[in-house]
Amino acid sequence: MVKLENREALKNLRNSLQTKFQESKKKLISLCAGSGCGAYGTTKVHEKLMAELAEQGLENEVEVKLSGCHGFCEKGPIMVIHPEGIFYPQVQEQHIPEIVEHTVKNGELVKSLIFKDPATKKKITHEKDVPFYKLQKRIIFGNNGIIDPTNIQDYLSVGGYAALEKALFDMSPEKIIDEVKESGLRGRGGGGFSTGIKWASCRKHEGERYVICNADEGDPGAYMDRSLLEGNPHSVLEGMIIGAFAIGSNEGYVYVRHEYPLAVKNFSMALESARELGLLGKNILGIGFDFDIFISRGGGAFVCGESTALMASLEGNPGLPRAKYIHTVEKGFRQNPSLLNNVETWANVPVIVNNGADWYASIGTEGSKGTKIFSLVGKVMNTGLVEVPMGTSLRTIIFDIGGGILKKKKFKAVQTGGPSGGCIPEKHLDLGIDFDELTKVGSMMGSGGMIVMDQDTCMVDISRYFIEFLKDESCGQCNPCREGLKQMLDVLNRICEGNGREGDIELLEELGGMLQKFSLCGLGTSAPNPVLSTIRYFRDEYVAHIKDKKCQAGVCKPLFYYEIDPELCNGCTLCAKRCPEEAITGKKKEPHELNQDKCIKCGICYEVCKFNAVAIR
Amino acid sequence: MEHFVEIDWQKVDEIIEKYNGNREALLMIMQDISDIYNYVPPDVVPVLVNKLGVRESLVYRVATFYKTISLEPRGKYIVNVCTGTACHVRGADKIMDALEEHLNIKEGQTTDDLLFTLQGVRCVGCCASGPVITVNQKTHGGLDRASALETVKFYDQCVS
Repeated sequence: MVKLENREALKNLRNSLQTKFQESKKKLISLCAGSGCGAYGTTKVHEKLMAELAEQGLENEVEVKLSGCHGFCEKGPIMVIHPEGIFYPQVQEQHIPEIVEHTVKNGELVKSLIFKDPATKKKITHEKDVPFYKLQKRIIFGNNGIIDPTNIQDYLSVGGYAALEKALFDMSPEKIIDEVKESGLRGRGGGGFSTGIKWASCRKHEGERYVICNADEGDPGAYMDRSLLEGNPHSVLEGMIIGAFAIGSNEGYVYVRHEYPLAVKNFSMALESARELGLLGKNILGIGFDFDIFISRGGGAFVCGESTALMASLEGNPGLPRAKYIHTVEKGFRQNPSLLNNVETWANVPVIVNNGADWYASIGTEGSKGTKIFSLVGKVMNTGLVEVPMGTSLRTIIFDIGGGILKKKKFKAVQTGGPSGGCIPEKHLDLGIDFDELTKVGSMMGSGGMIVMDQDTCMVDISRYFIEFLKDESCGQCNPCREGLKQMLDVLNRICEGNGREGDIELLEELGGMLQKFSLCGLGTSAPNPVLSTIRYFRDEYVAHIKDKKCQAGVCKPLFYYEIDPELCNGCTLCAKRCPEEAITGKKKEPHELNQDKCIKCGICYEVCKFNAVAIR
Repeated sequence: MEHFVEIDWQKVDEIIEKYNGNREALLMIMQDISDIYNYVPPDVVPVLVNKLGVRESLVYRVATFYKTISLEPRGKYIVNVCTGTACHVRGADKIMDALEEHLNIKEGQTTDDLLFTLQGVRCVGCCASGPVITVNQKTHGGLDRASALETVKFYDQCVS
């Protein structure tokens, strides 16, 4: 690639690639190579596809792209055939000959592979008509499915780096900051602080300024940052270059988890190709602006998502947070002014610069603008990444896009905001979600994890799970967090073991209040949220655990037992066959019996019974 | 049980060189060393101290603070059972139980033949495919007890 020396060169390259892309008559097969689909075997499918195309002599007529994450990870590996947009979910090696023979060669559908909507049982041919995608607004995430993330030309062919061009040549740094401020963009990493104000305040402080991308996506259950870095790294990179120009910075860092190898790889490749094209490095596009970005890999410490801890870690130290009397925009990395934004926030920047603040601010609610990507996971039919305008109701996301609860079970709660978020019950399902509304009901936006829980999830166990997580991840510097979480975990453990005492709920509330008030950093102050929100909405479950010694969800082993309902059991023998302890006996077509002395409560019988005859008592 | 590894000092030097001997890269240098030996052999510590100009205590603080670093030998295959929230509600603990039983070790331990290390990991970011395990860098999704065991047995066969 030739280095681009000026604006014209960038414009010409982009225009020619855009025209070529739009006028291409070639069939394009987009195969998702994101981590989700990868886990279901994309590599094998890709190899088989290439071999089959070569065998049929089609390798020059069809273009195959290993794209970024399409979002509908539940149904991976996903294949979309353009220009028609034919959608084939769950493609396996053995399906490839049929697809090539019928769809690629003759333009016919392979009926057995077409997506069947689990809710309506209708067959849906085109990607755009799949309910999971139809109700989304994918302004940040949309290009993931059509570009090859490892190819900068692909990004340019969909209009990439147009925002950078506009920012560098048609806008002043002040104007860029104003635009971001007016757009109403708020930090997507969890805090929800105004991005524009943060930028302005960093620019104000003197010193060697740094821009940093927080890709230490530590919230279990959230993976949108991973998918953006893997699937569209240049959008994040473009945002960072614009940010650096706006605040006057020459050096940037991306702090990414070591556990995300593909994200590290794809982002490194993006950096290299941007350097080759002259979009990073010395004298960018001939305007005398120098800027480069380096990758730093985190070591799997949740607390490093906190800004001061992240910067300590960047400096090569253990990631210990400090009290924020002085903000990082003034003294952060290497004691210099540092601008830290989350991956998704950076990816929003080019969209705002391209379309203008007014357009951006027209999407969303009064206090929260634009869209948000949620990772919709847990006990929901369609899991995956969902991008919707701020203000979309939980019901729309979980039931219309998500297709409702798995196995037609009953919805119990949805947990948002990561480990320090809260659990929201059914009565708030019509809540239009944005930063402020979520806080009002005792949860938070966090980075956008949305974990759906059904009747089989025990709310006491779930809060025990989060406290255990946070106890492990507490850095141990301050007393309230280190000791407080341990005490809370002890109390929750004894409740789940059936040794809960009267007054334990109040004790948890008291400890939680202490943590909120006196912890040093955000990890500690938000840590009690899952306990406090479950006590607020599911107090009766705590009471049942403590007083009645019952776990209705069938999770806390000492607090329930399984029983076979003779009325419902038709003697199909499935449970008896699958029981590892041979605890179930009975004759074929006659109700079975479960021997409590042998039962280890592994739950296999409960899972396999098709007639709901295994009951939790 | 004592385990000795032959350290390739030239490789260690190359890794330090790759980061220009920058002390800020301490964690990444240890991660790269881990990628070769699956752990950071304690013999490497004095070299890091010298070449990076850091205190020995800092090396140990960093090594023990971050989960990706181990000072104890780990198995050829590192099996990470994702215990993130999405996998947890879909039964990650049952996968862990099954693997503990099969490998006859507890979470955090390594088999005597140094083949497998079993670890719990908080979210690998494949939440839609849960429950998930990763073996070294490969992710296996949509598992249940049986398929998780099959996956691990597959790696066992790779060796024998």
